[in-house]
Amino acid sequence: MIELLHLTKDYGSFRAVDDVTLHVPRGALYGFLGPNGAGKTTTLRMIAGILRPTAGRVLIGGDDVLANPLAAKARLGFIPDRPFVYEKLTGAEFLRFVAGLYGQDGQLVEHRLDELLDIFELSSWKNELVESYSHGMRQKLIISSALIHRPEVIVVDEPMVGLDPRAARLLKDLFRGFVARGGTVLMSTHTLEIAEALCDRLAIIQGGKIVASGTMAELKAQTGADIGLEDLFLRLTGGPAAKELAAVLEDAGGGGSR
Amino acid sequence: MILLAVVGLIFWAAVFGVLLRVLRYFRGVEEIGALLAGKLLSLVLLSFISVLLLSNVITALSSFFLAKDLDLLVSSPVDRGRLYLAKLGETLLHSSWMVALMAVPIFAAYAVVYRGGWLFPFLVAGTFLPFLVLPAVAGSATTLVLVNVFPARRTRDLLSIIALGAGAGVILLFRLIRPEQLARPEGFRNLLDFITVLRAPTSPLLPSDWVARSVMGYLGGGMDWLPLYLLWSTAAAAVVLGAALHGRLYHTGFTKAQEGAERFVRGGLWSGSLGWLLKPLGPARREFVLKDLKLFFRDTTQWSQLILLGALLLVYLFNIRALPLFRGEQVPFFLVTIVSFLNLGLAGFVLAAIAARFIFPAVSLEGRQMWLLRSSPLELRALLWSKYWVGTLPLLVLALIITVLTNVILKASPFMMAVGVGTIILLTLAIGALALAFGALYPQFETENAAQIPTSFGGLVFMMATIALLAVVIVIESAPVYGYLHAAFRHRPLAVSPVMAGSFLAVVAVCLGATVVPLRIALKRIERFEF
Repeated sequence: MIELLHLTKDYGSFRAVDDVTLHVPRGALYGFLGPNGAGKTTTLRMIAGILRPTAGRVLIGGDDVLANPLAAKARLGFIPDRPFVYEKLTGAEFLRFVAGLYGQDGQLVEHRLDELLDIFELSSWKNELVESYSHGMRQKLIISSALIHRPEVIVVDEPMVGLDPRAARLLKDLFRGFVARGGTVLMSTHTLEIAEALCDRLAIIQGGKIVASGTMAELKAQTGADIGLEDLFLRLTGGPAAKELAAVLEDAGGGGSR
Repeated sequence: MILLAVVGLIFWAAVFGVLLRVLRYFRGVEEIGALLAGKLLSLVLLSFISVLLLSNVITALSSFFLAKDLDLLVSSPVDRGRLYLAKLGETLLHSSWMVALMAVPIFAAYAVVYRGGWLFPFLVAGTFLPFLVLPAVAGSATTLVLVNVFPARRTRDLLSIIALGAGAGVILLFRLIRPEQLARPEGFRNLLDFITVLRAPTSPLLPSDWVARSVMGYLGGGMDWLPLYLLWSTAAAAVVLGAALHGRLYHTGFTKAQEGAERFVRGGLWSGSLGWLLKPLGPARREFVLKDLKLFFRDTTQWSQLILLGALLLVYLFNIRALPLFRGEQVPFFLVTIVSFLNLGLAGFVLAAIAARFIFPAVSLEGRQMWLLRSSPLELRALLWSKYWVGTLPLLVLALIITVLTNVILKASPFMMAVGVGTIILLTLAIGALALAFGALYPQFETENAAQIPTSFGGLVFMMATIALLAVVIVIESAPVYGYLHAAFRHRPLAVSPVMAGSFLAVVAVCLGATVVPLRIALKRIERFEF
């Protein structure tokens, strides 16, 4: 459903994404993991059509995001990591606006909008300006906006940031339900427990390159060790940072007691 | 930056030059010359202090209550008095630098005409510093009290309306009382009345008067120390009182400032009436236009500037009416035609300034939400189309009001009316496109305040490009207008000559070119944006 072919992105002399080729099959919940600055967000933003690749192609449902952007983007719902929305619109107006961008309006949208706001417990905030929403509420509103046009693919960058445990659980159920109905999700996350529990397949990116991909069992086979995702991740991305943690903590404790 | 410095220097030189002439003229007038110069300085300083008070109130709101460093400062073990002084200094700097810069050529002119000598700059610095401190303390204290009564965000809305309303009122008042009459003593019943008016201090209890008395006393040879004492002692007392008030009210105010301005909005009017009207545009363009209009009218910092715009428009029309064109017995046809024609350039400049404020920031303001627009199947052409027409249509209405009304006031001929209306329509279309294009070429995605965006380098380049366009159009059209005047002067019927037709066609081509090309460039640029 999502096809990345030799995708590359340079920022000046810095190569953020380096010749990434990845296939996300229809009906899969695909986890995209990597340390900070590995190129996850850049890759996802290229898939969403926000960034132009330096080289390579992105296909969504067979449509090239660069050559045929309208068809490709119509299938897509994108959830960014930072919830920037128009502060002076109400939640309902924002969803109506997003539906309009996808060419949808009328009673169907109104019905869908009420349904989504209800699921995310935002109904009582429907007619409040977004400027009065908390971070988590904005995140929920953005997730609702990604679902308002009934996409085939959801690309989501760090979905759990700012969500309360109830909303986080709801989102997990929602993604699983979406995938069970034939939808596709590509999700980047730092929360390895969520990735391990939720995703069918995983890809780990390091220094702009995919260093491993496949099911959990395939990843274990690739590293040749029967370990959990956290250890696997650390092994593939260069191990734990060699900080003298104990010394740092000791200093802090000593400073406080003095 | 260099361009900005050059423009600033030209402005300085202009203020200095004009004031130098005025003061030299005053100096030549027996008896009342020095009085007039003192009165002028006092009036200038009075206007300074009004501007300073307003800008300090608004700046204090940002620096004391909304700035991003406050969370860190308030939670750190920083003494409240030190925080007050630091933030007062910040407020003073941000709100007063422009006035301080403006004061340089003014005092320089006084120094040159009245031979101030080398001590004069020190005296000016010594009087001007407490003069700046006083409104900063008063403004910060006003804000402190207001924030304790209203939530900070609501206070900001309230203040921007009050400030703009007051600004508009001052402009209107200043224009309507016609200060130029002060320079015509024959308007007074007798000389004694005039001198009495001049001798009376404008406002003896205001620091502006103290500065004027101190400066004029020094320049007149008899230094009066009392105003200087008054300035310093009042400033010192004000800072102490301000710090005490800050100590008592700041914490409650800061807590209140953290509350959001929760607003319940139905928005039925928008989607009901206007949504229905815009239905033929299709869902994407309709929702985009609706969204832009809602954002504009819900943001007080945006729409409140319309108050100022209305006042400026009235002043503009009033000035045209006040032109001494119809004093003679014969209606000066030649003059009316020339003024009506040159008015096109002036109207174009006013429209460019308005476009810089409202259309130029349009692309920048989408910056943070570009993730949504770029990841949706919205055509960028539709985005640009919406931005262009949402900005240009109101501008067009305004352009037509200005042109038609001024031509009616001037009693211009139907030919000049047609030339004026036709040209201003074409110019407005081009100005809207140029504003949007330069806004896309020099975007300011990180600036949240729309009013700051046009003051950037891109804004300056846009204004220069527009002035160049206005100059080209006026030069091309001067040929047919000259032909028209020539024919009228010789009482011949107006014939459409090849030069006339060619000129008008050239204007159409230039304006359409200045519309289409910038829009294409803007589209290309937006396509290449990366976030």
